[in-house]
Amino acid sequence: MSLRQTVMTLDRGLKRLTLIQLGVPMFLLIIGIGGGLLQTLMRAGIIKSPSALGLEYYQGLTLHGIINAIVFTTFFAVAFGNAVVSYSLRTAINLKVAWLANWLMLVGTVMVAVMVFAGEGSVLYTFYPPLKAHPIFYAGLALFVVGSWVAFWNWIPLYLQWRREHPGEKTPLAVVGIFTTFIVWQICTIPVAYEVLVLLLPWSLGWTDTINIEFARTLFWFFGHPLVYFWLLPAYVMFYTMLPKLAGGKLFSDRAGRLALMIFIILSIPVGAHHQFAEPGIGAQWKLLHSFLTLGVTIPSFITAFTMAASLEYAGRQRGAKGLLNWFGKLPYFQADNYMFAYLFVGLVIFFFGGITGIINASYNLNNVVHNTAWMPGHFHMTVAGPVFLAFIGMSLYMVEKMTGKKVKGKLAVAVPYIWMVGIAIFSTGLMRGGLHGEPRRTNMGLTYLNPESSLYQPEWKLWVMMTAIGGTIMFLAMVIYFAIFFKTLFSKKTEEEVLEFPISEAYHDEKPGIFANFKPWVIAAIILIVISYTPVLIDVMRSTAYTAPPYDPHVPVPARQFQLPPNVVIDNTK
Amino acid sequence: MDKYEQRAVLGGSFLMLVFFVAVVIATTGFGVTVPTCIVDVKPFKHGQLLKLADKHYELHAVAKMWSFDPPEVTIPPGSRLDIFLTSPDVAHGFNIEKTNINLMAIPGQVTYASVTFDQNEWGNFRLFCHEYCGMNHHAMQGWIKVWPAAALGATNQLAPVAAQQPTPAPAPASAEKPADTTTQQPNGGAQQ
Repeated sequence: MSLRQTVMTLDRGLKRLTLIQLGVPMFLLIIGIGGGLLQTLMRAGIIKSPSALGLEYYQGLTLHGIINAIVFTTFFAVAFGNAVVSYSLRTAINLKVAWLANWLMLVGTVMVAVMVFAGEGSVLYTFYPPLKAHPIFYAGLALFVVGSWVAFWNWIPLYLQWRREHPGEKTPLAVVGIFTTFIVWQICTIPVAYEVLVLLLPWSLGWTDTINIEFARTLFWFFGHPLVYFWLLPAYVMFYTMLPKLAGGKLFSDRAGRLALMIFIILSIPVGAHHQFAEPGIGAQWKLLHSFLTLGVTIPSFITAFTMAASLEYAGRQRGAKGLLNWFGKLPYFQADNYMFAYLFVGLVIFFFGGITGIINASYNLNNVVHNTAWMPGHFHMTVAGPVFLAFIGMSLYMVEKMTGKKVKGKLAVAVPYIWMVGIAIFSTGLMRGGLHGEPRRTNMGLTYLNPESSLYQPEWKLWVMMTAIGGTIMFLAMVIYFAIFFKTLFSKKTEEEVLEFPISEAYHDEKPGIFANFKPWVIAAIILIVISYTPVLIDVMRSTAYTAPPYDPHVPVPARQFQLPPNVVIDNTK
Repeated sequence: MDKYEQRAVLGGSFLMLVFFVAVVIATTGFGVTVPTCIVDVKPFKHGQLLKLADKHYELHAVAKMWSFDPPEVTIPPGSRLDIFLTSPDVAHGFNIEKTNINLMAIPGQVTYASVTFDQNEWGNFRLFCHEYCGMNHHAMQGWIKVWPAAALGATNQLAPVAAQQPTPAPAPASAEKPADTTTQQPNGGAQQ
């Protein structure tokens, strides 16, 4: 097949696989989104109860985090990766391996979901020990992650073969983006796989008595921050390779995209301790180093902000705009047949605020003001529930439309991102303002702080939690419309040819890739930086740990097993 | 790359460098720090408040499922409070509202921070657990009560401020500390 050809006939096996990988998580997302609405109402004290619809608050919060942020995002990244690699390299992926990956992820998802529904996994999506979940919960997580690795390994031979057959040619930017996503994922999930398989699973089964809590948390955050780039990078692939064409123009600079992606490979991972600024066991100087590197990882987003603005300006001028700023009015904001532009554009607008608040969090001692307050979910809903979520649900709809040959049902598809934007503006403002007044995150406040009958009643927060509930309700309504459109489209009659097609942009400045042609130097640089930034952190954690901890059931304030402090630890009561 | 694009990269990098320098100045010049690695203080079992000197106290705080030990402490305005914090069970949070004290209590570890309350700032400061620590997490709250000894009754219960305030009220607090329901200014009206 020629590279000029923009539409590929679709392999039926890839179609079936993709529909499962988009459809099943979308179905689960109904629970995740519904859980989100309930949490805003329970936090605000509109529902004053330990549980709603049969789910305890913290159980629902665990589902909200795991379904929305892990299951939905990872399934989407794999499905999108399969399709983009196949489309951009004009080749067929090995479906046997892709199905194996899919089954591992599906079985893992079911294991985790069943345990959380059974009340055996109310440990939130961070699963911090010594709160303990059922062993099946941890085993399911491990299977899920290994499945996503298999999906990635499946693309590597295709990439190498393409490079052999196309010497001197630039790898398509979309493929570079997908590989960047999964290189970061591959590196960062190894420590969390170690945490789950070597520390948590045997401990939860009772084969080991205790584990080192701060060590486990450090391994989690080695994974937890790159995780946010794993969410963000598929959205970046869409911003760089698709948004310019959807706007009617070209990507301003191809090289800028490659530079941004390579910086993500280097700097996504050695920054994780910025989630642990408030924790003991890590030297303040190493926290400062991680803060410095975190400020560095904003640079690819500055590049993206510039390149996107320049690309949109070019598109506006192609559409006949004159003068300094009126290109801004010429963009296709509300075209029902070009809904994908709206999802990506609105995502960029929300990300502006998500990025700025992220810089605040990264700023070392400024974190004292916001750590673990409601500010945090206010911030990250403007990243993961902004550009990431909108790009993913928009592209899910787009892929279903193209792959099934069914036209999107309902003109409101283009309105969903705008309704969502209004909702999230109110929702995140409420959370962040409340957070600055001390409102904690992850807390069923309706029972205490927002309950006038409680001795802990805190009326100062009333306004902010009400804003959060109103914004959350608007976001929920946007998703009701979206789900209706998605499933109506999925189950409607086929009217067009089934195709594999993405709106890939040409580049305005189409330079040679130069030092960005290969991943190898960037991966090596990443590993060196990880060793430099994490070795002292791990040494500090080990030397400051006085004893390791037994498991606890979240419902019971005593250890789940008989526990004796090791005799060599002196528990001193004077200091 | 386009020359404007290069300027955008350099401009963004420079801005981040400025932010980082500001962070370093706040740390070294103004002493706003984050917890560091402590190896010479071992975890303790019981919470207590020690008076080290006039207006200098040391709090040994234990955060546990689902309360703080001690649940409340009372110190006079203008005090310096050195906090050592640990947890005997799961991870907890320790956030004193309207201060820069925002800590994590991790089993097996001890953490430290220090705060000096303003001479003119009185009131009850809530102390929140902000880390999910099990099914009763939302009820885990303590109090840091900053009151002059004269305002305390014989039973160590708080009495109305206006009635118990014998000396002339100190100067009003600075403008950046607005009066609110939990931090009272002496001249800001009575509340129990």
